[in-house]
Amino acid sequence: MTDSFYLAWRYIVFNRIKTITIITCISLITFLPFALKTLLNESEYQLMSRANTTPLLVGAKGNALNLVMNSLYFSKEKPDFINMKSAEKILDSNLALPIPLYIRFQSREYPIVGTALDYFEFRQHTIAIGRPFAMLGECLIGSDVSSRLNLAVGDSVLSSPENLFDLAGVYPLKMTVTGILAKTHSADDKAIFVDLKTAWVIQGLGHGHQDIKKIQDPDSVIKRSQNLVTTSTKIKQYTEISKDNLESFHFHGDPSIYPLTAIIAVPQDNKSATILRGRYLSQQENQQLVRPKQVIEDLLGNIFRIKDFIDAIVLIVAIAMILAIFLVFSLSFRLRQKEINTISHLGCSRTTVVQLIAAEILIIALFSGALCYLSLLILQNYQTEIVHKLFIS
Amino acid sequence: MINIDSLEFSYGAGSFKLSVPKLTINKSEKLAIIGPSGSGKTSLLKLISGILLPQKGRISIEKVAVNQLSDPERRDFRITNIGFIFQDFELLEYLNTQDNILHPFRITRALKLDAEVRSRANNLAEELDIHDKMKRLSETLSQGEKQRTAICRALLPKPKLILADEATGNLDPDNKIRILDALFRTTDKYKATLIAVTHDHELLSHFDRVIDFKDYCLPNTT
Repeated sequence: MTDSFYLAWRYIVFNRIKTITIITCISLITFLPFALKTLLNESEYQLMSRANTTPLLVGAKGNALNLVMNSLYFSKEKPDFINMKSAEKILDSNLALPIPLYIRFQSREYPIVGTALDYFEFRQHTIAIGRPFAMLGECLIGSDVSSRLNLAVGDSVLSSPENLFDLAGVYPLKMTVTGILAKTHSADDKAIFVDLKTAWVIQGLGHGHQDIKKIQDPDSVIKRSQNLVTTSTKIKQYTEISKDNLESFHFHGDPSIYPLTAIIAVPQDNKSATILRGRYLSQQENQQLVRPKQVIEDLLGNIFRIKDFIDAIVLIVAIAMILAIFLVFSLSFRLRQKEINTISHLGCSRTTVVQLIAAEILIIALFSGALCYLSLLILQNYQTEIVHKLFIS
Repeated sequence: MINIDSLEFSYGAGSFKLSVPKLTINKSEKLAIIGPSGSGKTSLLKLISGILLPQKGRISIEKVAVNQLSDPERRDFRITNIGFIFQDFELLEYLNTQDNILHPFRITRALKLDAEVRSRANNLAEELDIHDKMKRLSETLSQGEKQRTAICRALLPKPKLILADEATGNLDPDNKIRILDALFRTTDKYKATLIAVTHDHELLSHFDRVIDFKDYCLPNTT
């Protein structure tokens, strides 16, 4: 049998291009269904594990999936805004603990999540290094953000402008990293967390600038009276919040109408949850309360329906590929009839001829299996990122 | 000694018919068979080697009735006792010279590939002046080198009988003599019997006996 493998190996090496083509075809057709299953299992795990631990979500009426994907997985699709009044309403009801979320801005490709410290307690996150954000302009970063951007406590991150061509837009805010979250294997690993007020500063609802009472430059002051100073745009606006300029930061307008993208509602008990859900059923209500688990189950239902369809296509392609490979082998053996005759004329038995062919098929099958296995290992290594890009981002 | 008695062979329903009433070939004899194309020379070699089976008659090599053996027995007998040099060499293109020479040892359990066989293969290659081509693929060899490789392959199992089907057919005159000399030398060394089919009348003087193969029928040549 060793000799059969040796001769089969020599043949394969001699016909390497044909062999590589066959191996690639077999590997691909074997890899596809396994890859699909791996990715779907991972997507189910990623989506459901997060949804299962988020009881209720309040947001603007509209696409529930957008609301859930943005609030739980920080996808780029933003729901319509609600405001702080909604959070106060839930708090006043004593039915649930509201955890406000404002997920609108980014630093490079990483989402900036404006929230309260309750969020980390609710998600049971621990801080690996440093401390939570405590003052305006501070941030807490996920473990992947830290490793990929090579950020440590004390470093800074800069918020990205929403629109590069919006020259009149808000300035990027430089934020100081105060802590790094322990690995959570969730979307939180790839997020930058700030206090809600910091998120509103990024938006421009709050800002800091030079103390206008102390400005002496006549070009910066348009009009000065006893109680009022009117300044020109020459006044210096701060793009970094430090202990020195913290006092100068202030907000304009009514804070209760400041925007949020969603509120995680953590009900006291099942009864409170039911009552709370009832309050958002009214047609006049411009907000919706959704159960993330239900929304994600509906999404997965659709994905798995598509999977069944893809499975059927893969099956058809696999049958076609197997027939093509069978044809390639049978044509190959027909072309090799002279060689088979030669070894037969030399005295080789039919069993040995079958052994030679079997050895060749076995080597090809082994290489195809190994290539498929290697591809699956690589896929498993990147499945979290792939699922995030395919199903979540 | 090879004995052929009352041999009759034809291919299916075709008009070709080979008839050999009686033919005896002595041990270590060098026999040349000549004759027009299609007269059945190659068929006779295939019948002697057991590749083809006659409809009638008996072929015996060293008292073994080849045509009465079972298929596996016949294959084993052929690979251990008969060295066949084919008309177009029939080397395997994906093997190098060394692997082609050792090939019979890799396709049967009747022959054992060991260090002694490898050493003998090297010696044979040296005798036939192809020892420096051992690692080259057969497709890169010249016609003469291919022929010598085929001879090495046929001789390596130390066969009692060598069947050469137009072994010098594709060679230039210088190479023909060289190949034939090498074939004769090694045949003598292994005390083998040689039956060679040839169209080349210039070479006939080198053989012990010549049979003119006409009319698909051999005379009684005991």
